[in-house]
Amino acid sequence: MGKRILAILVEDRPGVLTRVSGLFSRRGYNIQNIAVGRTMEPGVSRMTVTVEADPITVEQIVKQLNKQINVLKISDLTDEPSVARELLLVKVKADPVKRSDIQQMVNTFRARIIDVSPDSMIVEVTGDDEKLKAFLLMMQEFGIKEIASTGKVALYRGNKLTRETRC
Amino acid sequence: MKLTGAEMVLSCLEAEKVDVVFGFPGGSVLTLYDEIYKKGLRHILSRHEQGAIHAADGYARASGKPGVVIATSGPGATNLVTGIATAYMDSIPLVVITGQVARPFIGTDAFQEADITGITLPITKHNYLVKEIEELPGIFKEAFFIASTGRQGPVLIDLPKDLQVEEGEFRYPHQIEIYGYRPTYEGHAGQISKALALIKKARKPLIYAGGGVITSGAHQELMELSQTGTIPVTTTLTGMGSIPYDYELFLGMPGMHGTYAANHAINESDLLITIGARFDDRVTGKIEHFAPHARIIHIDIDPAEIGKNIVADIPIVGDVRMVLKEILKRFKSGETEDWCKKIQEWKAAHPLRYKQTEPGCLKPQFVIEELDRLSDGDAIVTTDVGQHQMWTAQYFRFKQPRTLITSGGLGTMGYGFPAAIGAQVAFPGQLVICIAGDGSFQMNSQELATAVHYQIPVKVAIINNKYLGMVRQWQKMFYGGRYSQTSMDGSPDFVRLAEAYGAKGYRATTVEEVGPVIEKAFNTPGPVLMDFHVDPEENVLPMVAPNTSIVEMIGGDE
Ligand SMILES: Cc1ncc(C[n+]2csc(CCOP(=O)(O)OP(=O)(O)O)c2C)c(N)n1
Ligand SMILES: [Mg+2]
Repeated sequence: MGKRILAILVEDRPGVLTRVSGLFSRRGYNIQNIAVGRTMEPGVSRMTVTVEADPITVEQIVKQLNKQINVLKISDLTDEPSVARELLLVKVKADPVKRSDIQQMVNTFRARIIDVSPDSMIVEVTGDDEKLKAFLLMMQEFGIKEIASTGKVALYRGNKLTRETRC
Repeated sequence: MKLTGAEMVLSCLEAEKVDVVFGFPGGSVLTLYDEIYKKGLRHILSRHEQGAIHAADGYARASGKPGVVIATSGPGATNLVTGIATAYMDSIPLVVITGQVARPFIGTDAFQEADITGITLPITKHNYLVKEIEELPGIFKEAFFIASTGRQGPVLIDLPKDLQVEEGEFRYPHQIEIYGYRPTYEGHAGQISKALALIKKARKPLIYAGGGVITSGAHQELMELSQTGTIPVTTTLTGMGSIPYDYELFLGMPGMHGTYAANHAINESDLLITIGARFDDRVTGKIEHFAPHARIIHIDIDPAEIGKNIVADIPIVGDVRMVLKEILKRFKSGETEDWCKKIQEWKAAHPLRYKQTEPGCLKPQFVIEELDRLSDGDAIVTTDVGQHQMWTAQYFRFKQPRTLITSGGLGTMGYGFPAAIGAQVAFPGQLVICIAGDGSFQMNSQELATAVHYQIPVKVAIINNKYLGMVRQWQKMFYGGRYSQTSMDGSPDFVRLAEAYGAKGYRATTVEEVGPVIEKAFNTPGPVLMDFHVDPEENVLPMVAPNTSIVEMIGGDE
């Protein structure tokens, strides 16, 4: 079992998110995270879904997704050169004495402090799984109050595209 | 041309050459029904929406054309759910039209509001909620196209009430292109060559054919493949009729209640040529033990079926008829003499059989045999679900495709009778027999009113064993004979029930009475119900216990 990242281009229609996520749950596939956003083409959205599944299951997932009328294209980015990033907001306890330590950690991870209040700060960080995990580990030392994350988005490296233009 | 939404629906149906619809009216489809009234579209009014949709399904299975059903919002729509799922599981083309509350009320828990597109998401091939009048013609065009192409299936269109009165410009598209929907029809040439090489080399090939053969109309090509290569054939429940029963290389049905020859052939085969079938667990038994010596060719129109339950050596995605035609172009003969000899020995030594226990005791299998004999196998047969369904598949000698109409995938009790009504609507002059269970029949017996009102001359044969027989059989075999809630005590007198509706009813309780009752029923115009009181404790044999190998067969072989 490994993590797979699927980029799914869908028609931007009401219910399409339910169609895709419903398919995952009813066939017993586990979505780890999901991010939905726009593309360059009007009317087409891009869903990035991270699933934990063996290759045979992933093949089946892709085939089932392809049967959805509103699904236009699916690419499995896992085994191809690609980049994947997630954005994470962390609200961390920030006693005045700890602030400079936090600031240092933030610099190391190329994160950003985007909000400061008397006893907490919000830090924004983007990266791949490993970086975010490491960052959270460091922040735990200060005390994490809450986190919010976007889910992963991904693109092929180089010239390869998930989809040319609309046929 | 400016039309109202309701007028548009009628124009769309006309453009799709729909000459009959099944349905049941209500508040949110009043305008649509008014239009049906004005245009005089033929409409069969059922007594329950489930009756209407099973009838549309029976119509589709018998004719090959998409069935159309209409229901109102809320309870009307939810009453369709079982029928939609039934059609979905067996890949039957339906266009389901439901009323919806007016657009401003959607999402407010309005009177008779149900989110039917949400509810039916997992059981439709696709569905639509029409939000703008301009979309309506295109959606209908797409719905009929999607329902009846590729792997067929039900498509639902939810039509808000206010949209039915709104006016819009009507132009029915002649052609459509749906970007996310492009079924593959032509098989990959390289794969076909590989398959051909395997078929030529095989010494113990076996064809395992399913419902896809019937949908694609590939029965002739199937026969040709079998004859050219002298390759034995087994067909699944939904594939029944694609090969005539009496054909010498036909082995009957495989699987849980399959024949000895079919199951053993699968077990020993060196090449399983799978055509429009999907390795259902009722066919494969314990999948790890299925076809242990065989390479597998899997031809199917749905890529998602390939590799779903079993890994195929040669997958071919495409329309099975087109693929078979390609294979046949380059296939001249096979070398299967020894194999066929062995198969004929199995057939001869282990035919399907049942024991006439005490004299006079009426066996259900005998009733099926008599129905077959007296109709000369020249009938459209529908069934409900249970023992009688399996006996029908085992003992009725189907000769033609589209003559067995049965709920295979979902196994829906109550399907048979309304489906028979639909099949009869498609073929008014044909003999249509519904072989029903006493339990199942009561799930849609209200449709007697429909049959009588329209004088739809369906002949219903209830295999009355006074039990939910198939469940009783499992209780007998696997639950220590504890018959928990499977007695049908309290059922009505079916003959008098039929008479109460104005149909004819006849009963047979002995072997001698069976033939005359059937003949009388076949010769009586209009709907007729036959009530056969059969041995209540008879079991369907042979049987493979669930999740065991299909050659571990219980019974049927004494
Ligand atoms: C709607 C529905 N409910 C329950 C079942 C489970 N079930 C399968 S066969 C069967 C018994 C059917 O009894 P009957 O119609 O009398 O047929 P028999 O097996 O006796 O021939 C039942 C309850 C089902 N298939 N469908
Ligand atoms: Mg019964």
